[in-house]
Amino acid sequence: MSSLALNLRARPAGRPGALGLGVSTLWLSLIVLLPLAAVAARSTDGGLDAFWSAVSSRQAVSALRFTLLVSLLATVINAVTGTLIAWILVRDRFRGMRVVNALIDLPFALPTIVAGLTLLALYGPTSPVGIDVAFTQFAVLLALLFVTLPFVIRAVQPVLIELDREMEEAALSLGASGRTVFLRVILPNLVPAILSGAALAFARAVGEFGSIVLISGNIPFETQVASMFIFKQIESDNPVGAAAISVVLMLLSLVVLIGIRALGHWGARHDR
Amino acid sequence: MTVDRPWRILLRVIGLGYLALLLLIPIGVVFYRTFEDGVGGVWDAVTTPAAISAFSLTVTVTAIAVPLNTIFGVLCALALARGRFRGKAVLNAVIDLPFAVSPVVVGLALILVYGNGGWLGDLPFQVIFSVPGIVLATIFISVPFVVREVTPVLEEVGDDQEQAASTLGANRWQSFWRITLPSIRWGVAYGIVLSVARCIGEFGAVSVVSGKIAGETETLTLLVEKRFQNFDLAGAYAASALLAFIALATLLAMTTINPRRDDA
Repeated sequence: MSSLALNLRARPAGRPGALGLGVSTLWLSLIVLLPLAAVAARSTDGGLDAFWSAVSSRQAVSALRFTLLVSLLATVINAVTGTLIAWILVRDRFRGMRVVNALIDLPFALPTIVAGLTLLALYGPTSPVGIDVAFTQFAVLLALLFVTLPFVIRAVQPVLIELDREMEEAALSLGASGRTVFLRVILPNLVPAILSGAALAFARAVGEFGSIVLISGNIPFETQVASMFIFKQIESDNPVGAAAISVVLMLLSLVVLIGIRALGHWGARHDR
Repeated sequence: MTVDRPWRILLRVIGLGYLALLLLIPIGVVFYRTFEDGVGGVWDAVTTPAAISAFSLTVTVTAIAVPLNTIFGVLCALALARGRFRGKAVLNAVIDLPFAVSPVVVGLALILVYGNGGWLGDLPFQVIFSVPGIVLATIFISVPFVVREVTPVLEEVGDDQEQAASTLGANRWQSFWRITLPSIRWGVAYGIVLSVARCIGEFGAVSVVSGKIAGETETLTLLVEKRFQNFDLAGAYAASALLAFIALATLLAMTTINPRRDDA
């Protein structure tokens, strides 16, 4: 592998990529960058005062705060359960494991609106077991847990497979308990993967819309998330206000993502 | 880690219980509810004129977005894996943007460019509340998949064979078709499967730009929402079941393609 990498680097300036680079830049500029630039640029169409009053309205602040908190909570829960499930899938043996492994990707494959409808079938007004959490904050959490489930599992699994078991055996033979081995040997090796999976999950949760639409009820100051609030602003013909809130939402989630990355660096430094 | 048997079983029960409560039981309930009155009703609900038109719109949009993003994806992966240029990190970050941006913001962005008073608001044809807008939204959200699947494969196979081919007198076109493309075909296939699933299932971005005109700009996912809002629960479940079958087929394709990538 390393000789391969060296080989790539030793090549003369990459001509095969020239056409690709040109086409890619053009495509990304037209499809992705132009629209996003419009959001940023036009968020201040009404002046800075209008921008500020749009993002500091009580309803906007409440929606943004709820979005960040519930996304963080969902991320933390799925970081813990995701690590556990990855461990089961790699280290445990039971029948039907391959089916379970394949089903983990279902939330990626299932359309989000179907995900919302699915959760509503079991945890909504028509629930066969009588649990009705529809239109509550818990329902929003449930939807986010569903759509972000695969991220941490899929990030941790390959690392756990590659993990050298000799270290664990050495620790055990030196008299460490199973708990100590997990906390001192396994977990430190998994932390970077857990954090990168958690970052992806958080980014997804903050912007989530489809799975929340049906289940949240969109109650202002209670179950209204930022994406729903933006949607309502567009519907009431206020795209500039919607753009302002979108900009703030993206900035806030960027801050959290940088925070998660910093946590990884901090952890790596204290490992030594 | 050698975990004592009771602990191992406890962990297994917690992990699988979580999966069951979140994934399996809800999906089981939906399938049960959908088919409890027989297949006939489901068939009727997915063959109404509105459902057929929604299905064909979804297929059309996917058939435009996925090939375009596949061509872009392969070219972009070639640039990332083979090219040396400044700003590669920037290009990489931009490719991932569609993963990080809320679908609603994507729809809003298109309105701000192509809608009334937008930067390109006076094109000769209508974009927002019309099919071109749905296509643009769908292309946006499915941009990263093929690039992200093909780039690592290209890096893995290296360019020794391509160089050998060019030494032997093959031009770039020949070496692409005969050497590069065959060696990345499973990566491309995997990327296409992921893109198709994402395009068919897209809801948020499409919902903002479509205008939801029945029979014209209503996709399958929008139909699910409309039927649910109109208290046509059985109809919503039937359309969902159709989407869920597509998702399951995707899952099957993913698990069969994935192992084969190793011997590519």
